[in-house]
Amino acid sequence: MNILVCISKAPDTTSKIAFTNGNTQFDENGVQYIVNPYDEWYALVRALEIKEAQGGNVTIITVGSAADDAVIRKALAIGADEAVRIDAPATDAYYTAMQIAAYAKTKSFDLILTGKETIDYNGSQVGGMLAEALDLPYVAIATKLDVAGSTVSCQREILGGVQEVEVQAPVVISCAKGMAEQRIPNMRGIMAARTKPLTVVAPEALEALTSFSTYSMPAAKSSVKLIDPNNLDELVTLLHNEAKVI
Amino acid sequence: MNLVYINSTNGLSKAALETVTYAKKLGGEVLVVTNGNASADTLSTLGAYGASGVLQDPSIDGQDPSQLVKLVAAAAQKANASTIVFSHDLVGKAVAPRLSVRLKAGLVAGAVALPEADGSIKVNVFSGKAFGFVRVNSSVRIISLLPNSIQPEQTSGSCSVEAFDGQAGTSSIVVKATKKPEGAIALPEAELVVSAGRGLKGPENWGMVEDLASALGAATACSRPVADIGWRPHHEHVGQTGVAIRPNLYIAAGISGAIQHLAGVNGSKVIVVINTDAEAPFFKAADYGIVGDAFEVLPRFTEAVKRFKAAQH
Ligand SMILES: Cc1cc2nc3c(=O)[nH]c(=O)nc-3n(C[C@H](O)[C@H](O)[C@H](O)COP(=O)(O)OP(=O)(O)OC[C@H]3O[C@@H](n4cnc5c(N)ncnc54)[C@H](O)[C@@H]3O)c2cc1C
Ligand SMILES: Nc1ncnc2c1ncn2[C@@H]1O[C@H](COP(=O)(O)O)[C@@H](O)[C@H]1O
Repeated sequence: MNILVCISKAPDTTSKIAFTNGNTQFDENGVQYIVNPYDEWYALVRALEIKEAQGGNVTIITVGSAADDAVIRKALAIGADEAVRIDAPATDAYYTAMQIAAYAKTKSFDLILTGKETIDYNGSQVGGMLAEALDLPYVAIATKLDVAGSTVSCQREILGGVQEVEVQAPVVISCAKGMAEQRIPNMRGIMAARTKPLTVVAPEALEALTSFSTYSMPAAKSSVKLIDPNNLDELVTLLHNEAKVI
Repeated sequence: MNLVYINSTNGLSKAALETVTYAKKLGGEVLVVTNGNASADTLSTLGAYGASGVLQDPSIDGQDPSQLVKLVAAAAQKANASTIVFSHDLVGKAVAPRLSVRLKAGLVAGAVALPEADGSIKVNVFSGKAFGFVRVNSSVRIISLLPNSIQPEQTSGSCSVEAFDGQAGTSSIVVKATKKPEGAIALPEAELVVSAGRGLKGPENWGMVEDLASALGAATACSRPVADIGWRPHHEHVGQTGVAIRPNLYIAAGISGAIQHLAGVNGSKVIVVINTDAEAPFFKAADYGIVGDAFEVLPRFTEAVKRFKAAQH
């Protein structure tokens, strides 16, 4: 199996979220970047497990600038064979997906895996866009993934339940919790990652379809109203009359 | 013209009514496209939410997003649609991005409000910790609406339902089995949610959580460690790495309120926190707080809800 895993950087989950330049830009000051958890824990680790069981190659790909190389090396340390970085800021999901699709067209991947969503922009867009650009089937939000020959079996989430599906490779799959367990890179992996190939590819000329004009923070919650634990009738009354939710 | 895709295979969901209402509020005519074999009687009621017509292709079962993309693209062409609205649910997440590439139309994924005066549309970013305003630079735009962002608005009237051939080809996804827990309320759609964490001490104590949920007619949820250690099924896990929900009411018992948990629930309209520790971070995000032992508070809460419901009848 020749597997491509799409890797995005994401701010560490404890990062302080703030904006600068008149609220038009994410304030990266003091922000630590990690590999987007869905991409790392589920897509990448499952790709490695499949490769370890059946042979093959795992390539990771990122659309980003040189500053993202540190995050790419982290993913290599977990065990990917090689990395590709398309040298351009990921301006929107369409731009990102079309860049990855242009690269994927030059190779023959059997499986293309993405995370369920990025934890910063949460669009859940890139996987579906890639599938359309490559004219491949798309299994969205898969929680299990197995491969036998060219038959790919997935469990995917559906409204109110799950479904077992089968599809023929090549296929694009977005990966969510349940597919694999997080792997902590060991010293050998970290050392090996330094010398693994990281190919930098020039971007295609493309226009993004969307952009963020501004950002805002949610209104601060007014302070909590404390209720006597012996007077739950009061809480029910407040939920009915004041909050109007029951 | 605004086109709305809805999934009507299990009747008209609240999410479907929300998207039609949203499209109506955008202004202009609203046409709905759907697959599956819901009855014409059912679909014609969408007229009351603002639809002027429904195009239905009963031949598509909806399991393969690439078929739905072809259907919606064909309807968009027929209607000369300038805006296409989806629900940002599991179907919308699979179909809307594909359509964006097919039509070269910018996608606003997870809209939470109607467009601003400058045309930009508000979405959740950073797992609900902030909002972004997305501008679409293409002539056709696609909006996927986060469930529970607006309330369906019903007036009177009905609309025509017309058979439509989406020219969708065959499905490349073979469904082997479908598992839906009986009777349970689907978490992403639930308006009321009762959730509990490690403070409940063990799976044998979830009866009180379920009792309160059933008294309220709520869905149940849990924190991540609780799902990881197998006390509760994975699909109940809410938060950054689980399901993100935005119910009208979220009740959290024995959950500390870690930032990754809040990321999945801070879109809730009203939050009630029950925790023995007055310093638990969750109280900062709560509207109503009870400093107390969940083992005592939950059963009392259930009784109070039952008294309230009895008095209403
Ligand atoms: C990358 C990453 C992603 C994560 N994603 C998620 C996620 O999606 N969802 C998630 O939930 N977590 C997530 N976590 C974990 C998160 O950081 C917390 O560890 C977790 O939410 C804590 O769960 P908890 O509140 O149930 O347990 P605890 O932190 O152990 O808190 C238990 C609480 O119960 C209270 N308590 C104890 N006894 C009682 C009693 N008798 N009555 C009432 N209260 C009582 C305690 O005071 C305490 O506040 C993530 C972590 C990381 C690093
Ligand atoms: N800049 C990027 N480079 C490579 N892959 C990406 C990038 N952004 C997003 N992805 C992939 O697309 C998935 C969905 O991202 P999103 O559509 O932003 O929610 C992520 O989990 C990644 O696998």
